Amino acid sequence: MAAAVEMSKGAVRLGGRTIWSDVDLLVGEGEFVAILGPNGAGKSTLLNVLLGLNHLAAGSVAVLGGPAGSSNERIGHLPQRRVFDSATRVRGVDLVRLGLDGRRWGVPLPFAARFSARSRAERARVAQAIERVGAEAYAERPIGECSGGEQQRLLIAQALVREPRMLILDEPLDGLDLPNQAAVAALVERICREQDVTVLLVAHDVNPLLPYLDRVLYLAGGRGAMGSVEEVITSETLSSLYGAPIEVLQTGDGRLVVVGQPEAPHQHGPRHVLR
Amino acid sequence: MNPRFTLDLPSDVHQLLAYPFMVNALEAASVVAVMAAVVGWFMVLRGETFAGHTLSMMSFPGAAAAALAGLPLAVGYFAFCGIGAVIIAGAAEVSGPAGQSQRSAIIGTVGAAALAVGYLLLSLYGGVLESLESLLFGSILGVTRGQVLTLTLVAACVLVFVALAGRPLFFASVDGPLARASRVPVRSLAVAFLLVLGLAVAATVQITGVLLVFALLVAPAGIARELTTRIGLSLALSVLLGLLIAWVGLGLSYYTNYSPGFFSTTLAIVMFALARAARRLGRN
Repeated sequence: MAAAVEMSKGAVRLGGRTIWSDVDLLVGEGEFVAILGPNGAGKSTLLNVLLGLNHLAAGSVAVLGGPAGSSNERIGHLPQRRVFDSATRVRGVDLVRLGLDGRRWGVPLPFAARFSARSRAERARVAQAIERVGAEAYAERPIGECSGGEQQRLLIAQALVREPRMLILDEPLDGLDLPNQAAVAALVERICREQDVTVLLVAHDVNPLLPYLDRVLYLAGGRGAMGSVEEVITSETLSSLYGAPIEVLQTGDGRLVVVGQPEAPHQHGPRHVLR
Repeated sequence: MNPRFTLDLPSDVHQLLAYPFMVNALEAASVVAVMAAVVGWFMVLRGETFAGHTLSMMSFPGAAAAALAGLPLAVGYFAFCGIGAVIIAGAAEVSGPAGQSQRSAIIGTVGAAALAVGYLLLSLYGGVLESLESLLFGSILGVTRGQVLTLTLVAACVLVFVALAGRPLFFASVDGPLARASRVPVRSLAVAFLLVLGLAVAATVQITGVLLVFALLVAPAGIARELTTRIGLSLALSVLLGLLIAWVGLGLSYYTNYSPGFFSTTLAIVMFALARAARRLGRN
């Protein structure tokens, strides 16, 4: 199996502080891998490294067979959850389209679809991406009037619209209610399996993802542990990561509860609110 | 001959165009209306209406300073609106993306300072700035050929900027985080847009006056965005509404001898209210 992401002994320093070091990450093509850990563990930083937005202080990383940042064209990226309030008078379909051509200079010309084959093809790709996430019913509505789950599906369509080989999703379940967490997790798994897209996502609760994950990387205490859920989310592994006694409990329905992890409340990242 | 409004439209238009000053005014207002509608559309989209309003206030000290220095007023407009844009862009840098509320406080302070400085410069000037009233509330009189030409040139520059940067600017405005991650130069675009807004405001002010910029800069975009969420349609509507507001204001002013600002702003606010009501009704 070819590797979509291969990082060995990676370390990141930001503002003179080592965020994490000695982290290995291996994601095979077509795999569904989650990056877990408490707030402030450097999960988003890891995604930024893979996108070439942050750089490693030590170690090496390859993404889709090249240096990080060289293949962003083939990566669909969903930044940390953006919330569109009801004043946002932009249609979902236009937002999805920005994922395809938002970086291009110029302006879309009126009636371009009537005259240009490229424009028609792009419109078809947008429609297809919306269909892949099942958002046809509300894609024409202003996104501010869509529910949180609907907004998230449209944003995933936006990440999918360039038909990427890999999806990098930063906390796609954050801020959703439990049924929507389950639904979006199932949607991402379906995209991964049926359309053969490698998925790397950040989450701070593993439970909605439990049925689907191939492997996880757990970041905590400046280190990382990689393996299957059964290997990593155990009292032993987490205790050694945190350097403090941690207990992992399993509830009757199979959910995992991590007890005793020292959260770092001051490191909660800002949530982006868009209007 | 006093113009009289009749029900005979061709004759009305004929009367309207009888005087060169009115032709100049109509041309200048049309050019400015198109430019202001387009720039204003992006301004409203970006939630920078307050910045636009404050930039318009910068033209008051601008005009006073130009009068004091013996320069054409337009020079003062463009210089001070440019300075205002730089200050507001700087404020955005200082307060960062999270400091939206702090930013509006800074912009408000800049606006107050602009009015105060303007008044001081006016006192220093000593004489009566003959056009203080038209400076504040706009005038259709005394638009020269040269002014029409300057305004057309400014409008062309502004529209070229929008034509080149429109899509990434839209991307950065509605979805900053992804735009930034996609390597759209979000910050440079924000600064560039404020400068272009300053340019557009300095031009619009010459027609609408400092206090009534709203009529051409904010209202058309605001109304259009109530009526549709389609991007192209909304922009086109904004331009049409801008022209309508400008023409109705000038036309009624010509026939009644009252200031065009009253008619323009009244029409704008009535249309805005109707559009909002229509949207509410449409949703229920």
